[in-house]
Amino acid sequence: MLDWLNPVKGFGVTFHTMFTKVPTTNYPEVKRATAPRFHGRHQLNRWADGLEKCIGCELCAWACPADAIYVEGGDNTEEERYSPGERYGRVYQINYLRCILCGLCVEACPTRALTMTNEYEIAADERESLIWTKEQLLAPLLEDMEAPPHPMRLGETEEEYYRNGATPAEAAAAPRPEGEAQ
Amino acid sequence: MTTTAQAGAALPVAAEAQLDAFGTDPWWITLIKALVIFVFLMVCVLMMIMADRKVMGRMQQRHGPNRFGPLGLLQSLADGVKLSLKEDLIPRGVDRTVYIAAPVIAAVPAFIAFSVIPVGPEVNMFGVQTPLQLTDLPIAALVVLATAAVGVYGIVLGGWASQSPYALLGGLRASAQVISYEIAMGLSFVAVFMYSGTLTTSGIVEAQRPVWFALILLPSFLIYIVTMIGETNRLPFDLAEGEGELVGGFMTEYGSMKFTMFFLAEYVNMVTVAAVSVTFFLGGYLAPPPLTMFWAGANDGWWPALWWLLKFLLMMFLFIWVRGSVPRIRYDQLMQLGWKILIPVQLVWITAVAFVRILVNEGAPAGVVAAVVGGFAAATVVVLAAWARAARRKRRAEAAERREELRLMREDPAYGGFPVPPPSAPHYGSSVPAEGPRYAPRAPDDKREEVTGA
Repeated sequence: MLDWLNPVKGFGVTFHTMFTKVPTTNYPEVKRATAPRFHGRHQLNRWADGLEKCIGCELCAWACPADAIYVEGGDNTEEERYSPGERYGRVYQINYLRCILCGLCVEACPTRALTMTNEYEIAADERESLIWTKEQLLAPLLEDMEAPPHPMRLGETEEEYYRNGATPAEAAAAPRPEGEAQ
Repeated sequence: MTTTAQAGAALPVAAEAQLDAFGTDPWWITLIKALVIFVFLMVCVLMMIMADRKVMGRMQQRHGPNRFGPLGLLQSLADGVKLSLKEDLIPRGVDRTVYIAAPVIAAVPAFIAFSVIPVGPEVNMFGVQTPLQLTDLPIAALVVLATAAVGVYGIVLGGWASQSPYALLGGLRASAQVISYEIAMGLSFVAVFMYSGTLTTSGIVEAQRPVWFALILLPSFLIYIVTMIGETNRLPFDLAEGEGELVGGFMTEYGSMKFTMFFLAEYVNMVTVAAVSVTFFLGGYLAPPPLTMFWAGANDGWWPALWWLLKFLLMMFLFIWVRGSVPRIRYDQLMQLGWKILIPVQLVWITAVAFVRILVNEGAPAGVVAAVVGGFAAATVVVLAAWARAARRKRRAEAAERREELRLMREDPAYGGFPVPPPSAPHYGSSVPAEGPRYAPRAPDDKREEVTGA
């Protein structure tokens, strides 16, 4: 019956919409939290005594579909120890111009050394600064950690070290299911 | 008839007597007025671009630009600076003189038209009694129409001088569109002139003291709104620069300041036609009727300028609202609307208005006038009803035709030349039985449906 009013109804729709809530997030001023398992930039984790978890095995580099990771391993010595065990990652670089943040590197990592954070603001205005080096990627030292190189403090043997190391920092913080990102 | 002629002849004389107030200002008052108009137009353009984007944004459930300045209000200023700092490129092969002159030709007339717009009655400005209007002419209304038409030359010449098919098409469209809508626009003023008896803009405003022309001449007003959007090349009539079809239309080859000039011209044109609609139909600077009933001083001093501004802003909002609500129409629809609807309706309406005016001027008894008005109203209703009936019939006939076509298609998949392999052929072999025809699902009556294969 009132079909002829339809062209005019459109004006009502636009006028009404003017007073509805805007769903846009004002991004730089207002930041919404990401989903908990959001794939942000990477982080190289440490053991509870501050030694690095990375053993320089390059599995992440091999898993990377975008060829964004570059790793050079080095040998630990008794005088200069960076990680428990034989080897450590001497050079570790992630090129965020190539990285697609897919997380395959995290899946490949045998020691949970490489995980992802929720941080997504990694844009920069020069290419060089987008190649993140080991110093930038390493997790910051917590209170009772000590910057490597230093001897293993969580146990005499490697087996003891790994068994103890799993408990204090991570397990005490929150009991997470196996395989969950830290 | 003689009395009508006398009455008609007497009115303009009386109206022109009002023009005594003009042309006597000291030079510095004229300068102030001209400067204020110029600054007002420029600020209006900046604010309008801003408001355009902000309000459109809200209508689409987003914030508009909100980065630069408080609430993003300085965005168009930043855009203007950016535009003027860009490289001023002149493509090879263009007609240089015309190419450079075109944006100026587009922009200047838009400013000129505003000089005859009355913003207020006579006020005391620095001790000088002067009307709030730069100037007025016995033919001020024609000046408005003329400048609107001249402005289009800028667009046409710009499109022609660019030596580019897109620009040329844009310019051609603009000229055709403006010619079509200029007629309807001029006709919508005719009724106003018949009622005001004058072509001076100040006289037209004063003639609306009892009641605004937007009320008594509603059809003229509505048609003027349509034509004013058509004249300014705004959505839904912005075919001259239809991004979907013509890249940038007539301004495809323009950049930097010259592009800015076109941009400026478009928005100043909007300001001007909105001001014209306020002057001719919405009672200019007169206070809105209910207000004057309990506030006698609403039309004194500087107050009218405020009423004018409010009405003006209302019209500007209408521009944005239409842009946000109506999609761009096709070019043939544009022409159809202009020539087949607006102009004939306008002609009939003017005839009716003239008829009633003559009756009133001749001193016909109120009963006769009422009967004539009623007769016209009844005729309008009858015509509308007949039109609706015809449209309904046409729709029904088309639906029946489609139904029949679909039926034929369903019965014979090859109907209408649609290439379909035969259900069985010798080379198909006997081991594979021929597949029976698959029918498309039955279509709803009104929709044309593709019949896919056998």
